[in-house]
Amino acid sequence: MTRLVVGPFNRVEGDLEVKLEVTDGRVREARVVSTLYRGFERMLIGKVPDDALVYAPRICGICSVSQSVAAAKALAEAAGLRPPDNGAIAVNIIHATENVADHLTHFYLFFMPDFARAIYADEPWHAAAVERFKAVTGSATQDMLPARAQFMHILGLLAGKWPHTLAVQPGGTTRSVAANELARLSAILAGFRRFLQTRLFGDNLERIASLSSHGELEAWADERRPESSDFRIFLHVSRALDLEALGRGYDRFMSYEAYASASGALFPGGTFVQGEIAPLGVAGISEDLTHAWYDSLEMVEPPFSGTTIADISRAEAYSWCKAPRLAGEVMEVGAIARQVMAGQPLIRDLVARSGGNVHSRVVARLVEIARVVIAMERWVRQINPGETFCAHGPMPADADGIGLTEAARGSLGHWLRVRGGKIENYQIVAPTTWNFSPRDGSGRPGPLEQALVGAPVRVGETEPVSVQHIVRSFDPCLVCTVH
Amino acid sequence: MNASTNSPPSFKRALRMIWLQSGGCGGCTLSLLGAEGPDLVTSLEAAGIEILWHPSLSEMSGRDCVGLMERLASGEEAFDILCLEGSVMCGPGGTGRFHMMAGTDRPVMSWIEDLARRASFVVAVGSCAAFGGITAAGDNHAEACGLAYDGKSPGGLLGSDFRSGAGLPVINIAGCPIHPGWLVEVLHLIGAGRFSAADLDEWERPLAYTTHLVHHGCARNEFYEFKASAEKLCERGCMMENLGCKGTQARADCNIRAWNGSGSCIDGGYPCINCTAPGFEEPGHPFATTPKISGIPIGLPTDMPKAWFVALAALSKAATPSRLRDNATAELLKVPPSNRQKKGS
Repeated sequence: MTRLVVGPFNRVEGDLEVKLEVTDGRVREARVVSTLYRGFERMLIGKVPDDALVYAPRICGICSVSQSVAAAKALAEAAGLRPPDNGAIAVNIIHATENVADHLTHFYLFFMPDFARAIYADEPWHAAAVERFKAVTGSATQDMLPARAQFMHILGLLAGKWPHTLAVQPGGTTRSVAANELARLSAILAGFRRFLQTRLFGDNLERIASLSSHGELEAWADERRPESSDFRIFLHVSRALDLEALGRGYDRFMSYEAYASASGALFPGGTFVQGEIAPLGVAGISEDLTHAWYDSLEMVEPPFSGTTIADISRAEAYSWCKAPRLAGEVMEVGAIARQVMAGQPLIRDLVARSGGNVHSRVVARLVEIARVVIAMERWVRQINPGETFCAHGPMPADADGIGLTEAARGSLGHWLRVRGGKIENYQIVAPTTWNFSPRDGSGRPGPLEQALVGAPVRVGETEPVSVQHIVRSFDPCLVCTVH
Repeated sequence: MNASTNSPPSFKRALRMIWLQSGGCGGCTLSLLGAEGPDLVTSLEAAGIEILWHPSLSEMSGRDCVGLMERLASGEEAFDILCLEGSVMCGPGGTGRFHMMAGTDRPVMSWIEDLARRASFVVAVGSCAAFGGITAAGDNHAEACGLAYDGKSPGGLLGSDFRSGAGLPVINIAGCPIHPGWLVEVLHLIGAGRFSAADLDEWERPLAYTTHLVHHGCARNEFYEFKASAEKLCERGCMMENLGCKGTQARADCNIRAWNGSGSCIDGGYPCINCTAPGFEEPGHPFATTPKISGIPIGLPTDMPKAWFVALAALSKAATPSRLRDNATAELLKVPPSNRQKKGS
């Protein structure tokens, strides 16, 4: 048996170390270590509730709006506020811009550059991967950065800036929009659609969004040569390397509701386990501290009474990440969870075929880009420029609120307790806290720890490339994870 | 800042840059990815920057990366620029163990220190790396500090007398997050041999953006002039009197240099929280509420004598046109400007 310590991981958001035990060329056991602690939950205690809107987004520069949305929803529930239609739609557009940009950043800057590594130099597709996806110098970076930056102009308009806006409020948004500005939003989306259709997909968004099975996807990939689009290059490489066989987790998926408005949510919340959909039992969420560097009287805490007391002396602990569980069970979150929950037929089929794995996680993210951008175009048309964007109301001296939302990389929740007009407790359970959780009290590994078991390790590899693919397939955000 | 320090070196070759992240959110890098006119990669190329390693951009991972850092820290391999994003994490008890460098079993704090001693230029990217920033909020039990400041106190990890290889103090690109242009321009000037200590303000922030106030170019200036104030977030009036806006004190060019194409905090409908200043994370009052003593805001506009402010505010309030008074507390424009020269308008 060989022990490997893999890190620092880059092209993930934040800091990560993975400890592997390798036997006979396969990972036998993995331990995932979040190496940075900052202490946001304690920072918030004693503040006036609205100040959470300044601190929470700064937990994370890549999920900044998601943190704002979760905080605003927790505050709104505590204050009994409901955003007007315009406010709810504007929040959805702001949030969708961040999430779609994150998917893009992940695919182009974080995930695909691994296929340009020298270890693949003998593969027939390697030259194309290097030309397109080599870190920093690849031609895709030069296409994607300006397209992404222009797409973010939506946030300059609706949110003042990104990251770290205060425009997202419990009652809606602070920035009302005039008719001419709606025209600008539509134009920005049209430009972005063009980039997606010509570069990322090589096809219409509607076609991508409606792909319905593994067979249809493979046939679509073969319609044109791989270099005709970045998605096709990925599908070609994925087939060659059999990424479908890499990084299978527990196949227990969870999603909160995403992009809610008066006409319902774009993606519903709930759980998807072995083909069965079940409603989300929020009260069943807890965090297990057994293997995390925290001191507590109770090793399993529901978020409302959760604590964050750093303690590096605990011998059985190995990560700053707590281990969230739903009714005691491990859950995987992310675009794949949202899309199986939403019944997207291709992702349902991929999961039925081979579960959550490197291939299906990436495909889910790209299909979601198409689905969300189409929705954004619709939302812009639904805004009524003559009507209000924000409701106002006082925060009671004593109140509780839960704010649940979906970041690009999965389910994010804030649990807020207000007493005497101040924040008495604030607990955050982030997407990668679920996916990269350490073992719990019963010794059950977290989703990534499970997904790494069986990963092939080539002779002499110290940073197994399979491990790199599996880790990045989750699009982890470690700064959110520990906060 | 003493302007008589070394004359800046000029670089004919590529400037070798390494970028570390510690106690922060990664948001300055994400903001930087939004660089435009031209994009980030082209901008860095134009500035003559070679990225030795950046956590979000580089292919290199794991042991290769640790090997590189070891060679740079030992002096075996020369480099020019160290950028740090995020606070230095000194806790618990000064050990730095709240942030261990993955794969090395060493606190990031000590990696930063070793690399800083070898760099020609040390750049604190964002208010966390400069002063401690948001990560130092609350009781700061994580012991977060900046490279050369702990909040407003000189010191930090490297000490106030720290000078990098080129003879400069830590360059503090303060902001939460930074505007991409603030950093790209400094890197460009360093590459051109045209950046010196004389280009830094009293907190060692680049004068290029801190000679401006956020107030400069504020689209709500007319409301400010007449003290026509918003009472709630999302209303159109000036946010200084009631909503905590520090634009008249904050040093940055946010309303001259657009964010994400067209925006700024104030254009987004929310107050400036003075995020380029040390200690902004603990203002001593709720962020979106202006603290006052007998009705007068405590934080007065920069360089404005209090008596004059009070007198002018009273005068301008008396002279406020009804258009501004009505629009200030409205979310959607109520009264457009009128034109007396056109009959019937």
